[in-house]
Amino acid sequence: MPVAYSQGFTPHPKISYASAAPTGVASEAEYLEIGLQAPVDPADLRAALDGALSPGLDVLDAVVATGGSLADRIEASSWRVELPEVAPEALRAAVDAFTAAAEVQVERMTKQGRRTFDARGAVIAIDVATPTPTPSGGPAVPCAILEVVVRQVTPSVRPDDVLSGLRVVAGLEPPVPPRVIRLAQGTLTAQGEIVDPLDADRDGATIGER
Amino acid sequence: MSVPSTTSRPAAANSVWSRLEPLLPQVTKPIQYVGGELGAVVKDWDAAAVRWALMYPDAYEVGLPNQGVQILYEVLNELPDVLAERTYAVWPDLERLMRAHGVPQFTVDAHRPVRDFDVFGVSFATELGYTNLLTAIDLAGIPLLAADRTDADPVVLAGGHAAFNPEPIADFVDAAVLGDGEEAVLEITAIVRDWKAEGCPGGRDELLLRLARTESVYVPRFYDVDYLPDGRIQRVVPNRPDVPFRVHKRTTMDLDAWPYPKKPLVPLAETVHERYAVEIFRGCTRGCRFCQAGMITRPVRERSITTVGQMVQQGLEFSGFHEVGLLSLSSADHSEIGDMCSGLAQQYEGTNVSLSLPSTRVDAFNIDLAQELSRNGRRTGLTFAPEGGSERIRKVINKMVSKDDLIRTVVTAYTNGWRQVKLYFMCGLPTETDEDVLEIADMAHEVIRAGRAATGSKDIRCTVSIGGFVPKPHTPFQWAAVERPEVIDGRLKLLKQAINADRSLGRAIGFRYHDGEPSLIEGLLSRGDRRVGAVIRRVWENGGRFDGWSEHFSYQRWVDAAAEVLPAFGVDLDWYTTRERDELEVLPWDHLDSGLDKDWLWQDWQDALSEYEQDDCRWTPCFDCGVCPAMDTEIQIGPTGKKLLPLTPINGGGLRVPSAG
Ligand code: B12
Ligand code: SF4
Repeated sequence: MPVAYSQGFTPHPKISYASAAPTGVASEAEYLEIGLQAPVDPADLRAALDGALSPGLDVLDAVVATGGSLADRIEASSWRVELPEVAPEALRAAVDAFTAAAEVQVERMTKQGRRTFDARGAVIAIDVATPTPTPSGGPAVPCAILEVVVRQVTPSVRPDDVLSGLRVVAGLEPPVPPRVIRLAQGTLTAQGEIVDPLDADRDGATIGER
Repeated sequence: MSVPSTTSRPAAANSVWSRLEPLLPQVTKPIQYVGGELGAVVKDWDAAAVRWALMYPDAYEVGLPNQGVQILYEVLNELPDVLAERTYAVWPDLERLMRAHGVPQFTVDAHRPVRDFDVFGVSFATELGYTNLLTAIDLAGIPLLAADRTDADPVVLAGGHAAFNPEPIADFVDAAVLGDGEEAVLEITAIVRDWKAEGCPGGRDELLLRLARTESVYVPRFYDVDYLPDGRIQRVVPNRPDVPFRVHKRTTMDLDAWPYPKKPLVPLAETVHERYAVEIFRGCTRGCRFCQAGMITRPVRERSITTVGQMVQQGLEFSGFHEVGLLSLSSADHSEIGDMCSGLAQQYEGTNVSLSLPSTRVDAFNIDLAQELSRNGRRTGLTFAPEGGSERIRKVINKMVSKDDLIRTVVTAYTNGWRQVKLYFMCGLPTETDEDVLEIADMAHEVIRAGRAATGSKDIRCTVSIGGFVPKPHTPFQWAAVERPEVIDGRLKLLKQAINADRSLGRAIGFRYHDGEPSLIEGLLSRGDRRVGAVIRRVWENGGRFDGWSEHFSYQRWVDAAAEVLPAFGVDLDWYTTRERDELEVLPWDHLDSGLDKDWLWQDWQDALSEYEQDDCRWTPCFDCGVCPAMDTEIQIGPTGKKLLPLTPINGGGLRVPSAG
């Protein structure tokens, strides 16, 4: 792959990740930008990258960037949080309390030390999903599922911050580590829906035709 | 980095992944346990007749780049009915969680329990991995002691340089292989395959016996060690018929026939080396008397310039690495190194590929090579290894470098644009005095003085790096005493003062050293016998892990464990370390044949004491070290007169999709 490199003594490949999911979190919607030295067919690039990456790290699509930064198009992210051994009713109550609050202050350790910030304001939608058989094929124990859509803000509000918020407002303490999956990220419509950030590029032509 | 649980990850039937995954968010650097690197191989369990788990007993970041494991992994996986997976030492945070949740030691490839495999092969470049071996065996659910294992347990097999004296871990391993592994693992595989196909007749005992009968697999349980009243070994003899009195090392001849690794592993987490390394030759006959690697890997076998060129091209294309290391024990000594370096530098000029040559030879030729390799603008550091501070001690260790040579060479480096050079030395060498070590300061001062004069610049530096000497088995220094840590530390302190005695010169000299204490423990482990196994076990029980890491190593823990268990045998830590051995003493590894003639080694030890130097047999007549006749091998060096093959242009069209298995 003809990746472009930065200038200088130790050149770095030009790759930038837009709001990558935190460590230990699954994701079905990650986006990155790669600078290239020469045009290539996005389909070939997708296949080459996918082949080189680990099983489970699947490259689904590649498009030619038509302008504008990717980061600007990531306005919100939708998450699904599986909480094994949590009763759905308890989660329901916590979510109601969270929704009712105007502001929920939470704490997190960051590289700059301990920070306190509001976890409520960035949450656009939060709900309890109807229990289905555990999607990850985990053991068949009761499991509450939280669905949450969060706006991209600074400092970023992550699913673990929302869970901290549920602990703050309703004392919800998951007995086992939650399983978190990012379902989508992208631009936010007026209706609160998330739109694939690559859609804007897809309307255009494929490479070579432009 | 995410750990997708909803996308299909083909989980093996015996995979522990579903139990491991929930633990990973709770540990540091979880990515190191995930596997699936480019170059990694996952095969069908049921279709494999013989299954190997290979381990480098250190963290992923050190273990993944290890060449030995990568080579054996690839050689084994190329066989259609054989499967090999990798496992590394887990950090204490994950170890705790694995114990709490009953998750066993697993392979990173398909996350299968290590205990399910037929052979558990562990690679020891250094003795400091022994406590990590115990952690892995124990976490795997395999009994710690080889004697307690059943047919349900894999054969625990040690290899790598430290396996030339596996006696300290004799209680914990079932077998050990001395020397090169490529052919050894194939031979072992064939024996295991046949034995299983026959329905495992005679169980584990029969399998081990079949391995022992090859005369190149050492099975400690088939040998009894008798001791003299004073604690020394009386003899080591087979305790059953059919087992050879001596076990011989393996030597892979014709490296061109074994061009591995072809598909180097590309790590997912950060590692100590991210590069494609090609061994350009094995063996070294410079004969530095402290150097176990040089002694046990004889004779010199070069890989041809043509094969090296092809390996570099294919390895880079497969992996996408941007750095190539031309590896060997003394890379500037390859008979065609000049053409190799200039050829490669030319082929990759104008690309992002950088070339490195780990050479410590003290001469101008080394600088020529480094200059050739820095064509791409990247100038790596230059290292020279005089090893001893005084002319006298360099005669003792057989490092034939004069002070004038060294200063001339370093000054040449400065005048050619290098601003910084590194000088390697050892402390605690046999016959060493304070004066020998203090001469390092004179040398460093003179280097800076001459460098300033030649360049007219004050902007030049040198770093003096000193390691503690550890006497190793199968070397002329195997009889020597380890120097006491207080003496080493005292000498290093004097040296530091001497370097800084001249403020102006001292400012330009960096000083890096290792304390004497870890060297003493390495000395215990390298020349230990079976009784030392009890010390290793006690240290491990008291929490000893990752002894190669200064932040995990505890000298006191080793001293205490030795004081607890050794008196029962009538010996102690000093007996193993600071005691000089005499000619007739039976050494714990005498029944293990590295090819070197013990009489020759003793003569070389006497020559060392009388400061007599020994030449290199590549360029002067054979001096009868014993290896070639004993092993039926020969020196294989060029020049072949061939050149690098021209690069075939890649990218005919489309992008290359790796065909990882
Ligand atoms: C690269 C390198 C490193 C890298 C290691 C990267 C890595 N993960 O491998 C780094 C810089 C990290 C390193 C560190 C150290 N290294 Co180092 N290193 C080397 C070097 C230059 C190359 C090693 C290599 O790849 N060889 C080529 C491979 C193919 O050989 P191999 O591993 O021995 O494997 C073959 C056989 O031994 C056998 N085999 C190996 N494992 C097994 C297992 C089984 C089951 C079987 C059957 C066979 C088998 O089969 C293989 C193929 O034939 C060697 C010098 C050299 N040229 O060998 C020194 C060397 C191995 N290192 C040495 C030392 C002392 C160290 C350190 C202890 C230094 C220190 N004081 O910190 C540390 C220890 C690191 C650790 N914790 O493990 C010494 C070992 C001394 C000895 N016993 O002879 C060597 C020989 C250097 C020397 N001249 O003294 N090292
Ligand atoms: S040059 Fe000396 S130290 Fe280096 S490998 Fe050869 S014998 Fe060992």
